[in-house]
Amino acid sequence: MVDHTVKAFDADIGQLRGLISQMGGLAEDAIAQAILALQRPDPVLARKVDADDKAIDAIEREVERLAVRIIALRAPMAVDLREVVAAMKIASVVERIGDYAKNIARRVPMIEGAEGGGHRIEPISILPSMAAMASGMVRQALDAFAARDPDAAVRVVESDKALDDFYDSIFRTLVTYMVENPRTISQVAHLLFVAKNLERIGDHATNVAEMVYFAASGSQMADHHRGGTLSQSAEEQR
Amino acid sequence: MNNGPDTDTVGRPPSERRPTDWKAAAVQRRTRRRYAAERRFRLIGLAAVWLSAGFLALLLASMLTQGIGGFRQTRIALPIDLAREHLPVTGDQVRGRGADLALAGAGLENAVDHAATAAYGAEAPDWLSDGAWLVVRDAVKRDPSLLRRPATIDVPVTSAIDIAARRDGPAAAEAVVARLQARGVLSVGWNLGFLTSSDSTDPTRVGIWGALKGSLLTMMVTLLLAFPVGVFAALYLEEYAPRNRWTDIIEVSINNLAAVPSIIFGLLGLAVFLNTMHLPRSAPIVGGLTLALMTMPVIVIAGRNAIKAVPPSIRDAALAVGASPVQVVFDHVLPLALPGILTGTIIGMARALGETAPLLMIGMRAFIAAPPSRLADPATVLPVQIFLWSDQVDRGFVEKTSAAIIVLLVFLLAMNGLAIYLRNRFETRW
Amino acid sequence: MTFPPKIQARDVSVFYGDTRAIDHVSIDVAQDNVVAFIGPSGCGKSTFLRTLNRMNDTVASARVDGQILLDGEDIYAPDMDVVQLRARVGMVFQKPNPFPKSIYENVAYGPRIHGLAAARADLDEMVERSLRRAGLWDEVKDRLDDSGTALSGGQQQRLCIARAIAVDPEVILMDEPCSALDPIATAKIEELIHELKGRYAIVIVTHNMQQAARVSQQTAFFHLGQLVEFAPTSDIFTNPREERTRDYITGRYG
Repeated sequence: MVDHTVKAFDADIGQLRGLISQMGGLAEDAIAQAILALQRPDPVLARKVDADDKAIDAIEREVERLAVRIIALRAPMAVDLREVVAAMKIASVVERIGDYAKNIARRVPMIEGAEGGGHRIEPISILPSMAAMASGMVRQALDAFAARDPDAAVRVVESDKALDDFYDSIFRTLVTYMVENPRTISQVAHLLFVAKNLERIGDHATNVAEMVYFAASGSQMADHHRGGTLSQSAEEQR
Repeated sequence: MNNGPDTDTVGRPPSERRPTDWKAAAVQRRTRRRYAAERRFRLIGLAAVWLSAGFLALLLASMLTQGIGGFRQTRIALPIDLAREHLPVTGDQVRGRGADLALAGAGLENAVDHAATAAYGAEAPDWLSDGAWLVVRDAVKRDPSLLRRPATIDVPVTSAIDIAARRDGPAAAEAVVARLQARGVLSVGWNLGFLTSSDSTDPTRVGIWGALKGSLLTMMVTLLLAFPVGVFAALYLEEYAPRNRWTDIIEVSINNLAAVPSIIFGLLGLAVFLNTMHLPRSAPIVGGLTLALMTMPVIVIAGRNAIKAVPPSIRDAALAVGASPVQVVFDHVLPLALPGILTGTIIGMARALGETAPLLMIGMRAFIAAPPSRLADPATVLPVQIFLWSDQVDRGFVEKTSAAIIVLLVFLLAMNGLAIYLRNRFETRW
Repeated sequence: MTFPPKIQARDVSVFYGDTRAIDHVSIDVAQDNVVAFIGPSGCGKSTFLRTLNRMNDTVASARVDGQILLDGEDIYAPDMDVVQLRARVGMVFQKPNPFPKSIYENVAYGPRIHGLAAARADLDEMVERSLRRAGLWDEVKDRLDDSGTALSGGQQQRLCIARAIAVDPEVILMDEPCSALDPIATAKIEELIHELKGRYAIVIVTHNMQQAARVSQQTAFFHLGQLVEFAPTSDIFTNPREERTRDYITGRYG
């Protein structure tokens, strides 16, 4: 796309995008490290993830401030306006994603430190691949934002279905495990929450993708793309 | 980024701008030169203004000092006893109409000569102006009791004695003046007759009124003709005429017409108005027509400029509320342009007022002793009158010429004053 | 849209001599809408505006092709009376241009030349009503005899609007009415446009996109004499369909 006549406008937009991708990178790291801490288990790393979440919150506030400033000073229109608004919303969604990662990290001592600690709960081994899938969605959604690519955004939304299916299967596995190992119920319940958190991260990545789609194309994403999310939320209500 | 004020200038890349040193000697010198140029310009301008003001003051001063004498007149106290002359008139006859005729027929002129001889000797009648008895006549008309009792009346002296009395005249006249002054009978008074009478061969009796009235009538004809025609032509050319080759040609022609020497207009007037249309010679109507031809282009040009100066936004505004083109012109454009048009008109009229050459061509240079009362009456105008008087041999006319110039200048100033008044009166600011 | 549009322009082209200033523009202006024309300088939006009340007639070299219908009547038909047309389609200009006459005379001029007021009382009432509608009455009611040019810029422009609505037009054209005004005066004019909306169809040319966004329901983007996009204002400013529109309103116009 052609540059703005006012060069400083481009600089502002660039800064905004930089902040979003920085935030996305931090969120991805947080997810990966939280899962790593869970897997090892490593309470120190978990505490670090917990502490690092403050950085994500700080960037969110920075994005908000910058977006308000751009709206006030540059009066963005059309694609610029949509992008600034999307950036603001994406920032708060990514902040939520960071919160989920923090939430996962905080469960590490409870899973590790509970009765029967040291005893490996086998299903824990499938969580990293689910986490990889969720953080992959986050990355793809943010890449779509950087590239203003509505098609990439659609692909993110579509991949949410797979993550939901993954969650369903983990859910069944963990329930079965709980039935078979009643002593681990409290830890596995925490693991259930971890899985649910990863699933929510996928939903949020989907939200980001929808915002990216609107920012890039100017229209709302058609419902059939969001089929997965809709059925998911229907299940949630059940 | 600069490392500090003392960085070396050698390694500096050429693109980097060195801060201008506003205190440098070269800069200071340039500043001083600039100030000097300013001062010089102001002085030259001021000198030009003073020079022109000086010339104007010189002109006015010389006109006034010379011309003021034209309004003064030396008089001699003439003891007269009309009862002794037995004039065959009654007190009733000198009241009302026919008095002039009655007194003239009764031999008042001779009676005055007798009185002069009786008072100052046999030569005395020659010292009196030809108009002296007229002064006596008017005095009798004012006060018929003079017919029955002796009285002393101040009567004007001849031009030669007048000049000798007030400045220096011929030796003979000087001697007479010296004698009369010794008797204390000479006095100097205002000559109001100059403003009310017409041309004459005797400088003591001439007046400017005939020429002034001729000028007024001529100007009236010029104004009535040139103003409407000029204004309508200007309005049409500015507001209606399409911009094409024909209007360009017309514009150029009008501009050229304004620059044509006035004598050409005189020839034109002679050929068209006198030889073809057989209008009366020397008449204000012909003079007015001729001067109108000359003035019209000036009014057209001034009018077009004034109309052009009306902001187009006013026309747009009027058109946009649904005014027709004629309504736009007469409701808005003309009122706004009027001050400018009037100024141009007065300038053109002032030029016409001072014009001599074309009027000479149409015969307005005749000796006219009676002020014109109709447009077709023979008349002359102020500048022509001045021209004619300046040609006279009699020294008495010198002062009269200057006095006539003063009258002309006052007339011009009055016209300009009117122009300024009208401009302020109609001027609207937007 | 249930009513036929107030103004229908069909395939309108405007030429100045051999130069084509407007290129096949078709546009509908609804009765109860404010339509904004935006576009870079020289894009023809003002030219097009001035064809709507035939103000371009004053330019000798201008020629209009196509059809412009006002209530279905072709305004360029030979039997159309231009004077009446301009009474029906009023206009407000970029620079406030009150007549150098009294405030009262400024407003009364239109009704007077069109013979709309039978008596002095009618005229008084018309002047008051127009000034009230223009939101100027309370500011000038005590000095109606003062010169219109003695008012402030914003007041002058509202006086011009009062003058335009005094002849009870059906459409009001505004050619950058706020470009010479300060923000407060601009806001007052915009509020006034909002209040006049519905009573008159309003077409406004503006360089200020925020202004177009604030006052109009529909926006037309002109570029190089062409109508690039004509859409609801909210669509134009959030999601323009045409690339040229997008580049212009986002400040990327080269």
